Order: sequence, then C-alpha cells, then structure tokens
Amino acid sequence: MSRLINSKSATGTQATRVLGLLAIVVMLWVVVSGLVFTPQDVVQGESVRIMYVHVPSAWIAYLAFILTAVASASWLIGKKHSMGFDRFAGASAEVGVMFMAITLLTGSLWGRLTWGEFWQWDPRLTTTAFLFVTYLGYLAVRRLDGSAEQRARRSAIMALLAVLEIPLVHFSVVIWRSLHQGATVLNPSGDVKLDDLMLFTLFSGVVGFTLVFFWLVLHRQRTMLLVDVVNSRGLDAAIADRRAEAGN
Amino acid sequence: MKDAGFIFGSYAATLGSILVFAWVTLRRAKKSSSQVSDSDKTWL
Repeated sequence: MSRLINSKSATGTQATRVLGLLAIVVMLWVVVSGLVFTPQDVVQGESVRIMYVHVPSAWIAYLAFILTAVASASWLIGKKHSMGFDRFAGASAEVGVMFMAITLLTGSLWGRLTWGEFWQWDPRLTTTAFLFVTYLGYLAVRRLDGSAEQRARRSAIMALLAVLEIPLVHFSVVIWRSLHQGATVLNPSGDVKLDDLMLFTLFSGVVGFTLVFFWLVLHRQRTMLLVDVVNSRGLDAAIADRRAEAGN
Repeated sequence: MKDAGFIFGSYAATLGSILVFAWVTLRRAKKSSSQVSDSDKTWL
C-alpha cells in the first residue's frame, strides 16, 4: 500500500494517490450496498438500485458546471488572468460532461424499467439533454483556434451563460408537468422519505463521486498544463526559426 | 433479482465510463509528461 502511495507518475502526487484510494474504497461500498444491502423500494422494486449511481452523477455534474463557472469568473475578474483558473474550468467541464452522460444513460435505463420507454421528451429529460449538449459546445469552443487568452475569454463567457441552465433543469419538475419524480432529498419541505440505509448509500455515492471528480480534475488540469507548456515551446521554436530565416 | 440486466448495466456503464476517462487522462498525462522537464511540473 505504501509503495503504491509513494510511486511516481506523470501527474500524480501522494495526495492524489490517497484521494484515489479513498475514492475506490467508497465506490466499492456504494456498489456493494447499492446492489446487495439496501432494500427494495415499495413502489419501484429493485429498479430503485439505479438511484445510487444516477442521482450522485447528476449532482456531481451540477457541481462540476458550477465550479467551471466559478473558475471562469475568477479568470475574468482576476487582474493576473491566471491560466490555472482556465485550466481548472476546462478540466471540471470535461469531467462534468462525463458525469452528465452517465446521468442520461442510467436515467434512460431506469426510465425503461419505470415508464416502459428509454426516452421521453419530458421537461427534466429534455432540459438535461440540452445542458449536456451546451457543455459539449463549451468543450468545442475550447478547441477553437486562437491564443490561450482568447480560448480562456471565450470559454469563460460561455461557461457563465451555460451555468444558468442548471436551475432550469433542477426546477423543471416543478415548473412543468413532468413524468420525472420531484426531488426526494433536496425538496423544499426537507421531508426525506427514504430508508436510513438507502439514504446513507445515496450520500456515500455523493461522497464517492465527489472524490472521483476531484481526482480526475487534478490529473486533467495538470495534463492541460503540460500540453500548454509543450505548445508554447513549439510556438517559441517556430518564432525562433522564422527569425533565423528572416536573418538569412 | 428482477431487471438485473438493466440494474447491473447501469452500474457497469457508470464504472466503465469513469475507468475509461481515468485511463485516457493518465495516458495523455504520461505522453505529455515525457516532453516536459520536472521544473515545469509545479505539483512536484
């Protein structure tokens, strides 16, 4: 165990390795508890087990997109325009898109068991799909040609606009008539109608997915820094070559 | 377990997506890392 924690890797540190091990332990608990220990639901039967991966993935996607917006605002407002904020925003959005894809996929499987259909053009499902596509667009904007500063500015503005969709997704079940159930835990009355072990497993899922999120973001943003260093060296070398040619 | 295919499928899709993302991220990191000196790796 100590050899694993102290081993060297490209973007890993002792802290990320501890974080990764914790994430694995919590995720294993979620899988075992979600599939074996937790009881069936009175109404939904066994299909409720999908909740332990579906709900945390949706929450962590929201968290990822909110952190993307916060980092983007920090980049725009900050006097130094630190590229660290931009890289964090990009890494967080990438991981958020992955969690949103998991949300849509697991929701589709759960929907097939509950409603008899993989997909319905229901307000919650439609707004969630729209949010997913918006952040795919955000990632596409990050790949547009231009300097690192142009990339950061464009994507920061888009991130600040895109995050406004999250309240629409969350409250879509309240605003419109929806097949999707309302909030079980984050409801306005605060009355949570879940068995203790079910609730504990659900929160374990949130903790496990949060650990996975930060582990992935740390590695991804460090990789982005490495890529930026390689690209800037390539640009410096190209400029030096051009100057040398002009000198001849 | 009733509907086991859908339930196990949702867990497999979740864990599979995370593992593939992690694997791709670490591979990219390893590739980029070999082109950069340790002094640029601010986390070391």
